[in-house]
Amino acid sequence: MLAIYKKELRSYFYSPLAYILIGIYILMFSLFFRGVFSTGRPFMYGAYLYQYSFLLAFILPILTMRTFAEERKNGTDILLMTSPVSVGGIVLGKYFASLTVFLVMTVVTFIYPILISVYGNLNVMPMISCYIGYVLIGAFFVAFGVFTSSLTKSQVISAVTGIGTLILVWFVNQYSYLFKGHLLAFANWISFFFRFREFVQGLFSSRDLVFFFSLTGLFLLLTMIVIEKRRWSQG
Amino acid sequence: MIEIQNLTKHYGPIKAVNNLNFTVEKGEILGFLGPNGAGKTTTMNMITGYLPSTSGTVKVCGYDIGEQPAEVKKHIGYLPEIPPVYTDMTVKEYLNFVSDLKKVARSKRASQISDIMETIQISHVQNRLVGNLSKGYRQRVGLAQALVGNPEVLILDEPTVGLDPNQIIEIRKLIKGLGKEHTIIFSSHILQEISAVCERVVIINKGEIVAIDTPDNLSRNLGNVTRFLIKIEGPQDDVTNVLGKIKGVLNIECNSKSQENVFKYTIDSEKDVDVRRPIFFKMAELGYPILELQALGMNLEEIFRKLTTKEGESVELQDEEKNAKIQDKQEDVELQKEKEEVE
Repeated sequence: MLAIYKKELRSYFYSPLAYILIGIYILMFSLFFRGVFSTGRPFMYGAYLYQYSFLLAFILPILTMRTFAEERKNGTDILLMTSPVSVGGIVLGKYFASLTVFLVMTVVTFIYPILISVYGNLNVMPMISCYIGYVLIGAFFVAFGVFTSSLTKSQVISAVTGIGTLILVWFVNQYSYLFKGHLLAFANWISFFFRFREFVQGLFSSRDLVFFFSLTGLFLLLTMIVIEKRRWSQG
Repeated sequence: MIEIQNLTKHYGPIKAVNNLNFTVEKGEILGFLGPNGAGKTTTMNMITGYLPSTSGTVKVCGYDIGEQPAEVKKHIGYLPEIPPVYTDMTVKEYLNFVSDLKKVARSKRASQISDIMETIQISHVQNRLVGNLSKGYRQRVGLAQALVGNPEVLILDEPTVGLDPNQIIEIRKLIKGLGKEHTIIFSSHILQEISAVCERVVIINKGEIVAIDTPDNLSRNLGNVTRFLIKIEGPQDDVTNVLGKIKGVLNIECNSKSQENVFKYTIDSEKDVDVRRPIFFKMAELGYPILELQALGMNLEEIFRKLTTKEGESVELQDEEKNAKIQDKQEDVELQKEKEEVE
């Protein structure tokens, strides 16, 4: 697992992909931040983080699109599968490498709370709570992106599927009027928007933690199943 | 070393590999021969644990691939049809990664990698990106990858495809050299290659084994006739006449005149009758010296065609007659090539 983790991380930072994605994300994050900041009205940093974290739904599937799709396209998956490494090890190695890039991205955003605390008043506890929610959502998005990458040989299809699905689920509250009964309950349950709000209000419970942990675990498990399944069925 | 029992793979209704049985002994180079789509790659993928089998077992070094895949994978180096190289790494980085993946002890790593690069002759490109290397070099890097961790068994899937003739000869030499310390299964659809490198051949067609033997035995046992090439100094008509009267001789063909009064003949004789002695004494009696006498086996090409097509023997024989001259020439060329290789 460690071998794969190191190799993946290396290839992120040796190629322009990680830098471009981190750069674009921070640029957008900063522009939006300046927009909010320059109104002069008091605001909560956590709420800001909450509002713009949907950007992750665009960025993270692009970050993870190559993880498995590229291996399959180049035929290098055969090397991994015939090495003494388990499928679980391969999936986790790749997942943690992508997660590390996301965490680097997150650490760069720390510059804003630092600036705020220098020039104004920062509510530390809600901010920490929001960052926890933010990292949990990101960790899930990365797992989902790795999963969509395992479904296809095409990186483009992987990214588009990932972005499309995550955006649809992110804004499920916007069109939940279409649903009724159980479906509506499910839409509210799955809505990251509602979940994240709990973190902003500092009200998150173990239920929310379990929700994100299990969703992340579920998609990593599905990735392993997809890869195993393909071994049994491919021609 | 490698035991394959009743190995079968179905893709839905298609039987890609059907009931294969064979073993490979330690230190043996086994040729795996078959037309395109015969199931060579599928079989190799099953031996290396990339694909699970529908039924049957593969045992490598005593471990079952279905039950202890990690143990088996430790003992196998695999070069798939397309070398599994990462184009964004340099050769050295790539081999380091593979060492990491195959859990080679850190202390041995550097020396092992430099040894392998030395053997495969890629030391001079070690700091270049794999993506910038030519097909031949990528193939070599793929082979280097298979050698990492010094596995006892090497599975090489068409290692010479896409290489130029010089590279092919080099890679063959290399494989022959590796055969001293490793057990090798080597697939190809090129016949000369198999006969040049392998000690034993498995011929498969449509997922089933049609023959297992040494190249020599195959050519001896599968022919209906024994064929000789003989060079005799003496008048052509007279010699042909005398040869035709020897018991067991079925057919004589005078191929060419090699010098003044020296002719080359191809003689087919009955399979169980050795006509060499009578020919010798008869020619000695007549005072026509035999300058050359050579047994010609059926070459692998003929065997292969015979085993992998449904054509009847009569068609085959007609073809043989038609092609006899061409084949003789080809054989000469091949012999020369082999001699050059040895040199």
